[in-house]
Amino acid sequence: MATATATANKKKSVVWDWLTTVDHKKLAILYLVAGTLFFVKAGLMALFIRIQLMVPENDFMTGQVFNELITMHGTIMLFLAVTPLIFGFMNFVIPLQIGARDVAFPFINALGFWIFFFGGLLLSMSWFFGGAPDAGWTAYVPLSTREYAGSGMDFYALGLQVSGFGTLISAINFIVTIINMRAPGMTMMRMPLFCWTGLVASILIVFAFTPLAAGLALLMLDRLFMGQFFTPDMGGNSILWAHIFWIFGHPEVYILVLPAFGIISEVVPAFSHKRLFGYTAMVFATIVIAFLSFMVWVHHMFTIGIGPITNSVFALATMTIAVPTGIKIFNWLFTMWGGKLVFNTAMLCAASFVPTFVLGGITGVMLSMAPVDYLYHDTYFVVAHFHYIIIGGIVFGLLAGLYYWYPKMFGHKLNETLGKIMFWLLYIGFHLTFFIQHILGLIGMPRRVYTYLGGQGWDTMNLVSSVGAFVMGAAIVVLVLNIVYSAFKSERITVSDPWNARTLEWATHTPIPEYNFAQTPQVRSLDPWFYEKVHGEGKMQPAEPLQDIHMPNGSILPFLMSLGLFIWGFGMIMINMDNPIVPPGVVIAIGFIMTFGTMVLHSKEDHGYHIPLEEVKKIEKEVG
Amino acid sequence: MSDELSKPFPKSAMTENERYELGRETRIQVVSFAFMIMLTIISFISVATETIPSGFVVPFILLLGTVQFALQLFYFMHLKDKDHGWPNAFFATGIVVTIPALIALILLLGETKW
Amino acid sequence: MSDHVDVSNGLPANPEKSTIEGKNKFLGMWVFLGGETIMFATFFGTFLGLREGTAGGPTPDELFSLPLVFLMTMFLLTSSLTSVLGIISMKKNNFKAMRMYFLVTVLLGLGFFGCEVYEFWHYNHVGLGYSVSAFASSFYTLVGLHGAHVLFGLGWITTLLVRYWGKGITLANAPKFYSASLYWHFIDVVWVFIFTVVYLLTLGGA
Ligand code: HEM
Ligand SMILES: [Cu+2]
Repeated sequence: MATATATANKKKSVVWDWLTTVDHKKLAILYLVAGTLFFVKAGLMALFIRIQLMVPENDFMTGQVFNELITMHGTIMLFLAVTPLIFGFMNFVIPLQIGARDVAFPFINALGFWIFFFGGLLLSMSWFFGGAPDAGWTAYVPLSTREYAGSGMDFYALGLQVSGFGTLISAINFIVTIINMRAPGMTMMRMPLFCWTGLVASILIVFAFTPLAAGLALLMLDRLFMGQFFTPDMGGNSILWAHIFWIFGHPEVYILVLPAFGIISEVVPAFSHKRLFGYTAMVFATIVIAFLSFMVWVHHMFTIGIGPITNSVFALATMTIAVPTGIKIFNWLFTMWGGKLVFNTAMLCAASFVPTFVLGGITGVMLSMAPVDYLYHDTYFVVAHFHYIIIGGIVFGLLAGLYYWYPKMFGHKLNETLGKIMFWLLYIGFHLTFFIQHILGLIGMPRRVYTYLGGQGWDTMNLVSSVGAFVMGAAIVVLVLNIVYSAFKSERITVSDPWNARTLEWATHTPIPEYNFAQTPQVRSLDPWFYEKVHGEGKMQPAEPLQDIHMPNGSILPFLMSLGLFIWGFGMIMINMDNPIVPPGVVIAIGFIMTFGTMVLHSKEDHGYHIPLEEVKKIEKEVG
Repeated sequence: MSDELSKPFPKSAMTENERYELGRETRIQVVSFAFMIMLTIISFISVATETIPSGFVVPFILLLGTVQFALQLFYFMHLKDKDHGWPNAFFATGIVVTIPALIALILLLGETKW
Repeated sequence: MSDHVDVSNGLPANPEKSTIEGKNKFLGMWVFLGGETIMFATFFGTFLGLREGTAGGPTPDELFSLPLVFLMTMFLLTSSLTSVLGIISMKKNNFKAMRMYFLVTVLLGLGFFGCEVYEFWHYNHVGLGYSVSAFASSFYTLVGLHGAHVLFGLGWITTLLVRYWGKGITLANAPKFYSASLYWHFIDVVWVFIFTVVYLLTLGGA
C-alpha cells in the first residue's frame, strides 16, 4: 500500500495495523472502501426498485418490501455512501493540499470513521430483526412513529444517531485541521478550492447534523419512551418533525455537493492547464451558498400548508441560491475557455458535470416556485430533479476525483479505455434513467408508489427508465473491473506529479511517506506547486530544517469506543423487541461502560513517537 | 523529547506586566459575576412579585437573559480577548442559523397561517 | 513542533494555547460548542412550540416553583465563577488553588444536579409523567438534556482531577482543564436560557 514504507520499523499484523491506524491516508482508504460497499448495496436496491417498476402491476415484490427498499436506498446513499466517499477524499487530500503532516486530531479522525462505520452496521442490522425502516429517508411522522412503523424505524433512529455523531466529530476535525495546520505561507486565500469547500461543508455538518441529532432523539423518545411530541391528541404536532428534518435536510444536500464542487474546481484547472478562473468569486460563492442553505428549508414543505407569506419568503430565498451557483458554473466554463484541454476520464466526468448540474439546477428553480410546486410535489419530477443533482453532480464529481487522485493514492493510474467505457455507459444510462422521469412526473406519476396501472401512458417511459438503470449498473461493474485490472496491469507511477498539476499534494513523493512532507513546505503563492515549477527550482522550498519527525501512535481505542456505541444503540433498540433474550438494560449498560471506559482510558497521555533523522533520510532516498 | 509535556513547572514564566493584567482580569471576572447575580435576581423578582405588567415583563426578562448570555460568553468564556476571531465566528454562525429555526418552531407549527 | 519544552523556563502565561495540540483542542471545543447551540435551540424550539399542549395534565403554573429554580441557578452560576478562578490559578501555575477551585465547581455542580433530580422526582410524583402530554415530554427532554450535559461535565472534570491529582500543571493537561471549563461555562449559558425561557417566561404570562 502507498504508506507501507515508513511503518516498516514496527512489526504489526496487517489487520491490526488497519484497525488501529490514525494515519489520515489509511483512514481515507478505509472511508473509500466502506463507502463503496454501501454504495454498491444501495445501488443494488435501486435496481430492484427499477425492476419492480419496469412494467405495470408488477408483483416482483410486495409494497412493504418496496417501501423498505426505497427507504434504505435513500438513507444509505446519503449518509453511508456519498458522505464517507467525500470524507475519504477530504481525508486523503486536504492535509496534503495544506502542507500538513496529519490532521489536527488523528485519534478523533479514526474515531469518526469507526463510529460512522458501526452506525451504518447498526442500521443495516434491521434486515435481520423484523425488516428495514419503511417510512422513507425523510421518516415523516406519523408514518415513522410508534403507532405506524415497525422496529425498522428504531434502527433508523439509533443507527443514524450513532453514525451522525461520527460524521460530526470528523467534521470538527477537518475544520480545526484546515484552520490550524496550514503550512507557513498557506493563507486562507491561497488554499485550493477543495479545501475551501471541505471547510465550508464541514461547517455545515456542525450546524446541520446537530439539529438532526435533536430530531432523531425526539423520534427515538417517541418510539421507545412514549414521548408525545408528534401526537396531536396529547398536545403534540406532526409538522414539528418536518421542520426539524428539513432544517437539517436542506443543508445536507449542500454538504454533499460542495465538496463535489471542490473536486471539479481541482480537476478542471488541472486538465485545462490554466489557473481556476475567478478564485475569489468561487470562495465567496461557496460561503454564500452555505449561508443561504440554512434559510430555505421550507421549500420542501410548500404543500404542508404553512401559509402564503412563509411560502413566498422561502421561495424567494431559494431562487437566490441560483445566483452564486451560476457564478460557479460560469467560472468553470471560463476556466476551460482557451485552455489546453485534455479529455481523459477525470476531465470527462468533470466537464459533463457542468451541463448535467445545470439541468438539475433549472428544475430546482422550477420547484422553488411555490404555486407550481403543488403540481410537482411528490411526483417523479422531484425524483428526477434530485438525481440530476446527486448523480450528475455528486457522483460524477466523486468519479472525477477518483480518477484524478488515484495515482497518488495507489501508485498507479486507472485504465483509460475502461474508464471511458465506464463514463459513456454511466452518462448515457443516467440520462436514460432520469431524464424521462421529468416527463413521468409532469404527466402525474407519483413517487414512492410500488406499482401502477397500465394504459396511463407511463408504461414505455418506466421501461426506458429501468433499462437506463441497468446501463448504469453496467457502468459500475466496469469501474470495479477497472480497479481490479489496473491493480495488476497498470504501470507503476514513481514520479510525484503524473498529471502536471498545480496544487501541493502533487509535490509529495509517490508513494507518500507516512509523514507526507520530510520538511514542511514554504508556500509562496496560490497553486504553490505550479508556482515553484514555473518560477522556482521545480521543488517546494522547505520552511524548516530536516529533523526528527513527530508522529502520533496508533490506537485500538477508537474501534472499541465505537463498538461500545454500537452495543449501546442495539441495547436501546432491544427495548422495543418482543422477547429479547438478554435484558436490554444489560446490553445498554455494557455499551455505555465500554464507551465511557475507553474514553477514560484515552485520558492516559500518549505523546506519539519520533521518526529519527537517519530513518527519514533513508526513506527519502528510497522514494525520492 | 515529548515526555516533557507531562512534566510540571517549578515556576511561572509570567512577566510582572502579565501578572498585573491577570490580577485586573480576576477583578473584572468577579465584578461581572456580581453583575450576573444581580440580573438573575432582578428577573426572578420581576416575575415572582408580579409588580410589572405581564406585557412588559416578557421582553424585559428576555433582555436581561440576553445581557447575561453576552456577559458569560465575552467575560467568562473570554470571547472578548484577542486570538478569539475563529471562536467568535463559529459562535456567531451558531446564533445566526439558530434564529430562523427557532422562529419557525415557535410561529409556524400552529393553526395560524403565515 | 511541540517537543522541545524547557520546563525550567517556567509555565508560559497561556499554557492552554502554547502547544499546537492545545491550540487545536481550544478551537475544536469552540466549534463543537457552536454546533451545540443549534442543537439546544432545536429542543428549545420544540418546547416553545409544544408547551401549551398540556392535554389536560398538570400545567406549568401548578408545577414550577421559583425558589428551587433560583437555588439551582445560584449553584450553577457560582460554579461557573469558580471554574473561571480555577483557570486563572492555572495560568499562575498555582496547582493547589486550581485543584481546589475545580473541586468546588464539581461540588456545586452536584448540588445543582441533586436539585434537578429532586425536581423531576417531585413533578413525576404530582402527576407529570414523561408521556402525560407534549408539554411534559418536551419539558423533560430539554431540561433533562441539559442535566445530562451537567452530568457529563461532572464526570469529565472529576476524571481530570483524579487523573492529575498530584501531578501539577503541564502543557499536556492545561488544554484539557481549559476545554472542560469552556464546556462548563457553556452549560451555564444554556441554563440562563432555560431559567429565563422555560420557567420565568412561562410563569410570567407569555
Ligand atoms: C444507481 C443509480 C440510482 C438509481 C437507479 C436510483 C433510483 C432511485 C429510485 C427508483 C428511487 C425511488 C423513487 C421513488 O419511488 O420515490 C430513488 C430514491 C432516492 N434516491 Fe436514488 N438512485 C440512484 C442513485 C442514488 C444516489 C447516488 C443517491 C444519493 C447520493 C440517491 C438518493 C436517493 C434518495 C435520497 C431517494 C429518496 C428516497 C426516498 O424516497 O425516501 N440515489 N432512487
Ligand atoms: Cu432543499
